[in-house]
Amino acid sequence: MSHLELKNVSKSFGPVGVLHHVDIEVKDREFVVFVGPSGCGKSTLLRIIAGLEKATSGDVVLDGEVVNHLAAADRGLAMVFQSYALYPHMSVRQNLSFGLENTKTPRDKIEARVAEIARMLRIEELLERKPRQLSGGQRQRVAIGRAMVRRPGVFLLDEPLSNLDAELRVTMRAELAALHKRLDATMIYVTHDQTEAMTLADRIVVLRDGRVEQIGTPLELYNRPANRFVAGFIGAPHMNFLEGRFAGGEAGAARIELDGGHMLSLRIPVRPEGEPITIGVRPHHIETQGGQARIPATVTLVEALGPETVIHAEAEGQPRIVAALAGQRAITSGDTVSLALDERFLHAFDADGRRVTEGEVAEEM
Amino acid sequence: MSGIATFLTRRRGGASWHFTDVLAWIWLVAGLLLMFGPVVWLGLSSFKTRAALSEFPPTLLPYETAMVHVEGFDEPLPLYRVMMEDGEERLLVQVRRIGTVAQMADPEAPEEIIRVPLAARQPVREIKLATENYSTPFKRYNFLRYFYNSVFVTVVATIITLIFNSMAAFALSKYEFKGRTAVLAIILATLMVPLSVIIIPLFSVINGLNLFNSLWGVILPTVATPTGVFLLRQYMLTIPDELLEAARMDHASEWKIYWRIVLPLAMPAVAVLAIFSVMWRWNDFLWPLIVLSDQELYTLQVGLNSFQGELNVQWHYVLAMTVVSMLPVVVIFAFLQRFITSGIASTGIK
Repeated sequence: MSHLELKNVSKSFGPVGVLHHVDIEVKDREFVVFVGPSGCGKSTLLRIIAGLEKATSGDVVLDGEVVNHLAAADRGLAMVFQSYALYPHMSVRQNLSFGLENTKTPRDKIEARVAEIARMLRIEELLERKPRQLSGGQRQRVAIGRAMVRRPGVFLLDEPLSNLDAELRVTMRAELAALHKRLDATMIYVTHDQTEAMTLADRIVVLRDGRVEQIGTPLELYNRPANRFVAGFIGAPHMNFLEGRFAGGEAGAARIELDGGHMLSLRIPVRPEGEPITIGVRPHHIETQGGQARIPATVTLVEALGPETVIHAEAEGQPRIVAALAGQRAITSGDTVSLALDERFLHAFDADGRRVTEGEVAEEM
Repeated sequence: MSGIATFLTRRRGGASWHFTDVLAWIWLVAGLLLMFGPVVWLGLSSFKTRAALSEFPPTLLPYETAMVHVEGFDEPLPLYRVMMEDGEERLLVQVRRIGTVAQMADPEAPEEIIRVPLAARQPVREIKLATENYSTPFKRYNFLRYFYNSVFVTVVATIITLIFNSMAAFALSKYEFKGRTAVLAIILATLMVPLSVIIIPLFSVINGLNLFNSLWGVILPTVATPTGVFLLRQYMLTIPDELLEAARMDHASEWKIYWRIVLPLAMPAVAVLAIFSVMWRWNDFLWPLIVLSDQELYTLQVGLNSFQGELNVQWHYVLAMTVVSMLPVVVIFAFLQRFITSGIASTGIK
């Protein structure tokens, strides 16, 4: 059982507030990812959970017990650091057994546990080496092994993949996901990479400037972002935001005029004419063939990726629209295309950036 | 051999000698003589007898007049090369000297005495090492005791210095607490106070603690060195905090973090401090001279001083024992050069 709750946690360094009233609940065996741009306080939040940092106010509750004043060592959590923080003067074996030695585990038990972890992570032949003799991926494994060896209830991972090259990152991502299934442990994972968040998480916590923007499953966040920030942060390439204003309509089907004069019809409550609104549309929901609302645009850049073609285009009143078109297209920069937005998948945000709900956009198939 | 030759004649650029080559050679040779000359001179002189030391002009090597055992005489007699009146050169021993005339004899036929004017004879000299310069102080003056005292003071003081300084440095580099900067500033400020200024108060403290005339009185005042704390602190600042945090997550106590993580990682700096401490304590003279009054407790440096009487200096012992007292430091230098240079480079302390 490892159930973690953050209740109204705030943290400030001197006059600078880095976390504001954070409430998060992490259930047993859940994989929760904290994601946000750098400086949003996600690492600080993790360190508060770990006990390496004290919250200025609020409670950290572990299995129903407030652990605010418990030292890091006594919380029974394990952490994988961004820099791995392997003890450079110890061999891999010593690195793995250090934590167990500190809890006065008998020698033979330590050896058995280290051997088991080494087998699980396939680092058996590295046990006598020093960390500096290991490659990045191997160090990463050892760091994870060091966290696993004490069989903690909760794993805290602070951007563990950020020091690896792109290819290795994908491999390790898959391994981490598999490991989470096998260990049956609660994991809290911090990253600034939304792809990592989407692929690994049971639930994602999006943070910005020390505040929780939204908590939900990856697809909830993708399909129903609570605000403009989450909408822009989750999903790659980023969502397009088209500025416009209300232009009448009837109940449940507002008419919206985008800057540049294009008209859209959206299933949201009508607001007074002229009130500004932002329409969000994901690049994958824009086509150049078929569709309803057509916007003439000039292509400025074409990225032919193979399975899809990403085009950057300029339309009147809308300086930059990115569209991801399936397959390979015969489009070059300078061409004029007609962009069709799939109206089923449009998102609307009011002037404060909040999602305009009521009247749903469809779940993506 | 050819490798050494090519190395020594290596020149700037091409085949011919450039004037900078010559300058480099002059500079290096002069430097070698300047730095190494006195040491070699000390080493050679330490093997000279008392008489040879006062000889003028001085010789480089420890020469001694050759002595020969001759039948009929109990003592060995000095051997001379004599230019006879007929122009023949002979090897004779001197039996005795009367005024300007020496009575000499052929070692093969000692019964016949030959009178020779002093000017006509030259002593036959051979290289002889006066090893008694080394053995006598150890036998007669208890130098082994001094040596032991010096080793004891150096080793114990160095161990205590390392432990205390590294703990202070650990706290000053890795813990946030109120007044940390002030504490560091106070420690560093004591660097500005030379021993001679505090020597009297220090003496009364030692006396008050009943440590006068005890080796602990020599050791204890020297163990807390601001340079050591500063050197170790600067090094420990470079150890990433994440390692300490990882250890904390690994259930390590603060003592364990210090002992198992920080201290091993600070080893390069600890080694530098160890070397400095050994040299400081080994070469220490003034403070031991003040604290120690009992001959039994003298350290080497103080013991050396006892050869220096008011009227007469026993140079042959002083030189020989100086060589002995230098040896440990030389050995340390030879083996730990790398650490010493890096230590000097990183701290500017010599």
